Amino acid sequence: MAAIASFLGRRLFKAVFILFAIVVINFLLVRAAPGDPATVMAGEAGAADEQFVQQLREQFGLDRPLHEQLGIYLADVATGDLGYSYRQQRPVWDLIAERLPATLILTGAAFVLALAAGIGLGTLAAQNVGRWSDSAITVLALVSYATPIFWVGLMLILLFSVQLGWLPAFGYETIGAGYTGWERVTDIAAHMVLPVLTLGLFYMAVYARLTRASILEVRDMDFVKTARAKGLGETRIVLKHVLRNAILPVITFAGIQAGHLVGGSILIETVFAWPGIGRLAFDAVLQRDYQVLLGIFFVTSVLVIVFNILTDLVYSLVDPRIEVA
Amino acid sequence: MSDILLDVRDLTVALPEGAERPNAVEGISLTIGKNEILCVVGESGSGKSMTAHAVMGLLPKPHVKVTGGQALYRGRDILTMTEAEQRSLRGGRIAMIFQEPMTALNPLMTVGDQIEESLKAHSDLDKAGRRARVVELLADVGLPDPEHLRRSYPFRLSGGQRQRVMIAMALALEPDILIADEPTTALDVTTQKQILDLIRTLQAEKEMGVMFITHDFGVVAEIATHVAVMQHGRCVEIGTAEQMLNAPKHPYTRDLIAAVPHYIEHRDDFLKQGEALLQADKVCKTFHLGGGFLRKGRQIVAGRDITLTIHPGETVGVVGESGSGKSTLGRCIVGLHKADGGRILYQGQDLVALDRKRFRPFRKDIQMIFQDPYASLNPRHKVADIIAQGPIAFGEPRAKALDRARELLRLVGLPEQAAERYPHEFSGGQRQRISIARALALEPKLIIADEPVSALDVSVQTQVLDLLDEIRHRLGLSMLFITHDLRVAAQVCDTIAVMQKGVIVEMNTAREVFQNPQHPYTRTLLDAIPGRGWEIPEDLRARRHGGTHDGRGAVA
Repeated sequence: MAAIASFLGRRLFKAVFILFAIVVINFLLVRAAPGDPATVMAGEAGAADEQFVQQLREQFGLDRPLHEQLGIYLADVATGDLGYSYRQQRPVWDLIAERLPATLILTGAAFVLALAAGIGLGTLAAQNVGRWSDSAITVLALVSYATPIFWVGLMLILLFSVQLGWLPAFGYETIGAGYTGWERVTDIAAHMVLPVLTLGLFYMAVYARLTRASILEVRDMDFVKTARAKGLGETRIVLKHVLRNAILPVITFAGIQAGHLVGGSILIETVFAWPGIGRLAFDAVLQRDYQVLLGIFFVTSVLVIVFNILTDLVYSLVDPRIEVA
Repeated sequence: MSDILLDVRDLTVALPEGAERPNAVEGISLTIGKNEILCVVGESGSGKSMTAHAVMGLLPKPHVKVTGGQALYRGRDILTMTEAEQRSLRGGRIAMIFQEPMTALNPLMTVGDQIEESLKAHSDLDKAGRRARVVELLADVGLPDPEHLRRSYPFRLSGGQRQRVMIAMALALEPDILIADEPTTALDVTTQKQILDLIRTLQAEKEMGVMFITHDFGVVAEIATHVAVMQHGRCVEIGTAEQMLNAPKHPYTRDLIAAVPHYIEHRDDFLKQGEALLQADKVCKTFHLGGGFLRKGRQIVAGRDITLTIHPGETVGVVGESGSGKSTLGRCIVGLHKADGGRILYQGQDLVALDRKRFRPFRKDIQMIFQDPYASLNPRHKVADIIAQGPIAFGEPRAKALDRARELLRLVGLPEQAAERYPHEFSGGQRQRISIARALALEPKLIIADEPVSALDVSVQTQVLDLLDEIRHRLGLSMLFITHDLRVAAQVCDTIAVMQKGVIVEMNTAREVFQNPQHPYTRTLLDAIPGRGWEIPEDLRARRHGGTHDGRGAVA
């Protein structure tokens, strides 16, 4: 326990420095792109003159020297204030907090689905290596891996929403239906099916292939022979001895994917009109909404760091040889 | 006889098509009775492991399968039993231990849980009962603090301890038959002795029948009551230990016994002449493991104040157990590791003080031969290139270097055509010959041979040792010969340095070290040599040395 606490302490201490660097780099990167919010707003307003743009810049503080702006931003972030979006006339934190749950539900569900189905299919394929079920799973994995994600999404919409009419094609819930309680849950669940499936399919393919390869390697190892020599049943050998050892590389990869849970769903959110962080980021880019963009970067960075620490922790729990130190 | 536990009759195991021979095992018949230890001896690929695996029902399915014969356990044929019946025998009545203790245990389960699994599968003890039994078993195999050890993971244990855990696991249900597949091959001599003693004691206590697979006749002499010798999947000779060890009849058995390395008493002491070629003076090396930002790592002392000299033409053996720092010493001399302290004088020039660039000319003079001939040759390069790379790097024209490579291949006893082939086309012994040719290509004055024969079968081992011996005499080379096997060191070394925990505890002529060991550790090592009490039959002992020697004592 003490080891874990000291591990967390040290990792969080390092994380502060990493975050600081990320914030600074992001800030400078965003500024490196041509154009600023003032010109975009002025352009949208139409018939704006140079003076109006200048006035907007002064209002937003964009006329001050870059290092001064950076200083102000850093000080704000340090106190937990991610700034204010003049475009949307709301604090950035509120915007993100409103969108985050939708994205986390979507990607979280896709993550769990991908892991469960991927490991299950990979194990099945490895158990039946060379037989038709193995070939079928391998082909399925290859196809899901190679097909562009948005195309899969569109095809699923065409089939299940347009042709069969079973599932809603877009959105987070039925707007205006006013569902509450269980009704609302099932409504959201129905909306989730297609985007989760689309997003999960790709990662499922990766996990299935990884699991299959890993099991094939592990099952010829000496300790599996030992288990067999003990007279254990096949199920126990596969679960306790083979799978537990084979799962290690899958955890590594899952850790990487978990870090992308928030940032990696822009495409899906666009195809399915899912009101999540990805869409927010996409719009913010188009509108040069610096504060929102930086805020999203910040939140995703924090999540990446958190998931990395979690992955290391999980790894040390699964594999006793790795000490948290 | 009711005492026969296992009766294997005409067992034939087929290999998949395209293998080098149709059957891994062909028409093997053997029996194991109560209180018997049958040693099955043979070189790698002789089918001895396959026989054991067939009896255990552990053949790699579906490629390898039994195509004929019977394996009767107390009169019932195991091979025709259902999978469930076989499973209840496995681990219950017939148990097995394996060669590699490092990989034979599941790294993610505590050793207690792994032993408990056997009990769960074959007995109806409750949780508390199983736990008590696990502790009892761990104590039985001589492991310290079983209550604590039960909860340890395998990676915390040494090789010897892991092998004890394996034995505890195998004995969990007091089996009638124990099959041990080279259980001591991967262990140090001293650990090997302990494990052999343990197996013998437990066998006598439980009156088990043991099938003990090994390639080492020293080990056979140590524990066997009966011996079966296998070659190319056939059993060529079977009999009691007494008869097989002292009066072997079949030529192959006689070859194997003649190849057992043993001390040759009549070797002339080496005369040190001239200046020392290499002089190590208080060399130190410490490794720092782990550690990094914000944390401390561990330290391992691999060498402390090591002092030794090698004269022109001399072969100095460095003997020690794994982890004693003998390989590190070799690597420091060739410059693969940098020593932390002390001096390594090569013809008067201190190598430790040189940086990479100024060290380079000396690399030509000091060459290394590595232990694992499967890992030390680049599989993507042709043999000719492997040999010629060194000279080419030192500026020799390519054509000339390649010609020389062919010449060297002839010198090490390989056909010239070998030059155009890839390493994987050769056997272990042939690869080691290629490694020797590669080392010789730069015309070195000193060769560091790091366990050059440890990965080879005994008969091949003898050939490679003879080759090394011949070449070093012909070319007047000096050699630092690193080995864990005192018997091998006895055969090739003029001078022997015994290393323990990074320190040379004794250094003297081979004769003195063997006949008059000074340090207690040296005596421990000598005592641990398997088969010390056995004398290789007179006619065979003389054979490989032209029949002129009449040395007494098989080993030491």
